[in-house]
Amino acid sequence: MSAAGAAPRALRPTAVDPRPGDPEVTPEVVADHGISPDEYERIERIMGRTPTFTELGVFSAMWSEHCGYKNSKPLLRLLPTEAPWVIQGPGENAGVIDIGDGYALAFKIESHNHPSAVEPYQGAATGVGGILRDIFTMGARPIAVLDSLRFGDLDTGRVRYLFGGVVKGVGDYGNCVGIPNIGGEVYFDRGYEGNPIVNAMCLGLMKHDELITAVAEGVGNPLMAVGARTGRDGIHGATFASEELSEDDDVESRPMVQVGDPFTEKLLLEASLELIRSGHIVGIQDMGAAGLTSSATEMAGRSGTGVEIDTALVPVRERGMTPYEILLSESQERMLVVAKVGHEDEVRKILEKWELEAEVIGRVTDDGMFRVVEDGTTVCEIPGLPLVDGCPTYQRDGVENPEIAALRDMELPEAVEPQRDLAEAWVDLFDSPNLGSRRWIYNQYDTTVRTGTVIPPGSDAGVVRIRGTTRAVAATTDCNGRYVYLSPKQGAVIAVAEAARNLVCTGALPTAITNNLNFGSPLKPHIYHQMKEAVTGMAEACSFFETPVTGGNVSLYNETDGRAIYPTPVVGMVGVIADVANITRMAFRDPGDVILLLGDNTNELGGSEYLYHFHDLVAGPPPSVDLFLERSLQQAVLAAIRTGAVKSAHDCAEGGLAIALAESAVGGETPVGFEVRLNDALPPVPLLFGEAQGRIVLSCAPEDADALVELVREYSVPVRRIGRVTAADSGLSITLRDREVRVTTSDVVESRRNALPRRMDAPVAAPTDAARSGSSTT
Amino acid sequence: MRVAVVTFPGSNCDYDLYQAVKQVGGNPEFRWHRDRDLDGIDAVMLSGGFSYGDYLRAGAIARFSPIMEDVVSFAASGGPVVGICNGFQILCEAGLLPGALIRNESLRFQSEDCRMRVERTDTPFTSAYSPGQVIRVPLAHAEGNYRADEETLAHLEGENLVLFRYVDAHGEATSDSNPNGSTANIAGIVNESGNVMGMMPHPERAMEALLGSEDGVPLFESLVASLAAGAGAGR
Repeated sequence: MSAAGAAPRALRPTAVDPRPGDPEVTPEVVADHGISPDEYERIERIMGRTPTFTELGVFSAMWSEHCGYKNSKPLLRLLPTEAPWVIQGPGENAGVIDIGDGYALAFKIESHNHPSAVEPYQGAATGVGGILRDIFTMGARPIAVLDSLRFGDLDTGRVRYLFGGVVKGVGDYGNCVGIPNIGGEVYFDRGYEGNPIVNAMCLGLMKHDELITAVAEGVGNPLMAVGARTGRDGIHGATFASEELSEDDDVESRPMVQVGDPFTEKLLLEASLELIRSGHIVGIQDMGAAGLTSSATEMAGRSGTGVEIDTALVPVRERGMTPYEILLSESQERMLVVAKVGHEDEVRKILEKWELEAEVIGRVTDDGMFRVVEDGTTVCEIPGLPLVDGCPTYQRDGVENPEIAALRDMELPEAVEPQRDLAEAWVDLFDSPNLGSRRWIYNQYDTTVRTGTVIPPGSDAGVVRIRGTTRAVAATTDCNGRYVYLSPKQGAVIAVAEAARNLVCTGALPTAITNNLNFGSPLKPHIYHQMKEAVTGMAEACSFFETPVTGGNVSLYNETDGRAIYPTPVVGMVGVIADVANITRMAFRDPGDVILLLGDNTNELGGSEYLYHFHDLVAGPPPSVDLFLERSLQQAVLAAIRTGAVKSAHDCAEGGLAIALAESAVGGETPVGFEVRLNDALPPVPLLFGEAQGRIVLSCAPEDADALVELVREYSVPVRRIGRVTAADSGLSITLRDREVRVTTSDVVESRRNALPRRMDAPVAAPTDAARSGSSTT
Repeated sequence: MRVAVVTFPGSNCDYDLYQAVKQVGGNPEFRWHRDRDLDGIDAVMLSGGFSYGDYLRAGAIARFSPIMEDVVSFAASGGPVVGICNGFQILCEAGLLPGALIRNESLRFQSEDCRMRVERTDTPFTSAYSPGQVIRVPLAHAEGNYRADEETLAHLEGENLVLFRYVDAHGEATSDSNPNGSTANIAGIVNESGNVMGMMPHPERAMEALLGSEDGVPLFESLVASLAAGAGAGR
C-alpha cells in the first residue's frame, strides 16, 4: 500500500483556542471520526498544531471516501473524460455535454445506499433530492430521473420492506417536484442482502449560455445560505456513508439519515434557476454530503480563494447548535450561493417570492483559508487547498478471491442437457422478480409530467424529446452485478456495451456516461481487486465506444457484517436522437412482420438468470464480449433505424433470446405472437436462455427485410431472418433443431405481470428484530 | 383568448398546461398565486402538482392563496374555470365543486393511462368531443378517489354533472377500469352553471401522437372555441 497526495502547503493557520464545551481531541475521538493515525499526522502537519474538535470534524468529512475519494481517485484517473462534445467533465456538480441546436445536457448519477439500508423511504427520497440539486445548480432544468436499484431476494419481509420503501421514496420525491421517471433497473439477488443499492440519475436541460459553475470567485462577495434551515439531521452522513454497516445500524444510525421535503425542493429549484438567470450570483452549490463544509471549501477550492463563515449567521432550526453541528449538518434542500457584492437584496427578493430564506453567512476572502467564526471568535481555520485536495489517496494491492475464481471456472452441466420442460421454464422465468414486469414500480412514478416523455420506463432506454427542436435524448442505467462479481473487468465492459446497445435500440447515438461505483470495503484486497479490474474494464469500453465519463459517484464499504455486495459499477449512459421520427420501440407491432436477429448465439450460460432462478447458482464465466463486433452491431442498427424501415428493436439481455423475443411480443400496448426457427447447433438451454452479448432483435415489414439484411451485412455483422410476428392467439413459438418450444401469449403475459405484485401485495410486516436474519435480540 | 394558468407554490403541471393552451391557439399567461390580477382574462386554469406539498391534505392550503378569492369571483361571474388533478382538488376544497378527493384505494401513487367516457358534449370544455367518446389520457395522482355524500351524488347524476367517467376499452364503467376507487367511476365533474370543471386525469399530457395520445386536444379546442364564441357574443 502506498499513500500519495499534495504536499502540505506553507500556509499556516493561526492558533485557535478550543471552544468551551467542545470535546477534547484525543486519539479515541480521532478514531471515532474515521481518521487513521497516519491521516491524523498529516492533519497536524497541515495545521502546524493540534486541530480543534470543529476542525477535526471538518477534516473527517472532507477526507471521507464520499468527499475525498481517497481509495478511488487513482482508479478514476483511468477513465476517459474528454470528447469534443463534453462541455464539463468530472469535478463539478454534474457533467455537461453538447446535444446540438444550442442545447446542453447536464447529467449525473449518485448513490444513497447506506441511508436507504437504514431508512428506505427517506434514504431513497433524499437520494433523488440530492441528484436533482446537482443538476439544477448547473443552471439546467431537470427533465428526467432514472433509478438503479439492487435488493436481496424478495422472499424475506425485510427485503420487501426495503424495496417497497425505496420505490415509494423515489416516487414521492420525484412526483412532487414534477420530474418524470423514464427508466432504470432493478435486480434482486442474495448478493445484495442487507445492503441494497439505491442510485438515482438525473438529466437536465439548458441553453449553452445558461451554464453556471460552483465557484467562489470575487474577494468580498457574500456567501449566502439559501433554502431550508440547518438542523441537526444527517450530521456526519458523509462519514457514515464511508463505513460498513453493522447489525444495529438501522436503529443507531437513524439520526444520520436526512429527511427530505420535496415541496421545498420544488421551490428551491425554481428559485435557483431564477437566481442563476438573474445575473446576481457568481456561483451556487448544493449543501449535500458534508453540508456547508464541503460546499464552501469546494467552491473556494475551484477558484483558489478562501472563505470566512460566521455560524451565528446561519439560519438554524433549533437553538444551541454548535459550529461543529452547523458545519456538518446534512439537512436537505439547502444551497450555498456566492452572490455579487451589492446584489444581496435582489437575491433575497427572488428567494422571498418563492417563500424561502436567504441569509448572508460569510464572504469570499483572499487568504486561501477556510475560516469559521462564531460571533466573532474563530473556531476553525484550515488552509483550504490541502483540505480539499490534500486528502491522502491510496493505491492498494488487489488480489482475486479464489472462491470466486472457482465459481467462475465451475462446470455447468445444465448447459449440455436440459433437465426441465423448456416451455414451462420459459413461462416460469418471467415469474422471476428479475424478469417480471417492472410495472409495479413505475406505476408509482409520474412518468409523463413535463410532457416530454416519448419512451417511458419498461423499455431498453427512456427517451425525452426536446421541445422546440427535432431532437430527443435517451438514457439508461445498466450493470449486471453477477457478471462483475464473476469477472470484474469483463462485467464492467458488458455494462458499458449493454448501456450503449440499449440506447441504440431507441435510435440514439451513445454520447457519454456517468458512473456509480458501488463496492465493498477497499481495504480488503479481494474487493480492491474488483474495483481495479472493473474500473479498468469500464475505461477500456468507454474509450472504445467514445462515451467519456463526465462525472459520477463512488460508494464504498457496501458491506453488512463483513459481507460485501456484488461489485456494481453502474453505468448511466445518455445518447442523442437527432430526429424524433427515428425513435424506435422494443415491441413487435404487426403480424406478418419479419423478425431479424443481429449477432451470434453462443453456448454460454455463465452468470445467467436461468442458473440463478432454477439452480440458485451464480457461477460460470459471464458471456464473452467482442467490442469490435459490438460497435459494428450498434452502427448497423442505427443505420437501419435511420432508413425508417425498423419497426422494433430490442436488446438481448438477462434471460437470453427467448426472453427478449417474448418481451418484444408482450411489451407493447397490444400483445402479439411469433414463430421463430433457430437452426444453431447448440444445446437448447444456452440457445434459448444464455445471455450471449452483442445481439439485437429487429422487426420490419416483409418488403423491407432484404434491404435491411443487406444493410446490416455491410457492417460485417451477422444477421438472419429468424421468423415472423403472428397474432397473439397463435402464441409464442421457437422451433429448435430437434423440437418446438411453444407457450401461450396469455401465460407469458400473466407470469410476467404478476411477478412483482404477487410478492409485494402480500401483507408486508414492518421489520422486527426477530425478522432480521442473524439477530438474536428480542 | 387570454387564459390564466395559476401557479401555486408546488404546482408542477403549469408549464404543460401553458403549452397545451398555446398549441390550440389560446394565449396562456402564468399567474403566480400572489398576483391577484385576472383583469381581461377569459378563462382560468388551475394546474396539477403538489401545491404546498399536499401537506395537511391535497389542495387544503392552496385554497387560501390570495388569488383564490379572485378565482371564486371570476367563477361567480360565469367565467370558465378548469382544475386538473391538484387543480380539481383545490376547486373541491374551495367549494367551487362538490365532493372531495381522498387517497386512492391502492393507497399508492398511481401513474398510468386511463380511459374515460365523455358524458356530456354541451359544455365549454367538451364540445369538440363526440357524445360517449372514449378517450385515453394519462393520470398521475395519489389522491384521486372521488367521494361525495349520497345527496350530492344523486344531484350530480340527476343534473347530469358528471363530465368524465373511467371506463374500459368498450366504454363500460367497470370496477376494473376504475383506477382509484372513485364513486361511480367519476373522473371529472362540472358545476351546475356549467362554467367550473374539475378532473383528475391530465388532458394536457395527451396533446401529441409522439407522446402517446392526442385525446386531450379537443378539450382545449372546446375551451378556446367557446371563448371565441363568447367574445363574439360580447361577454
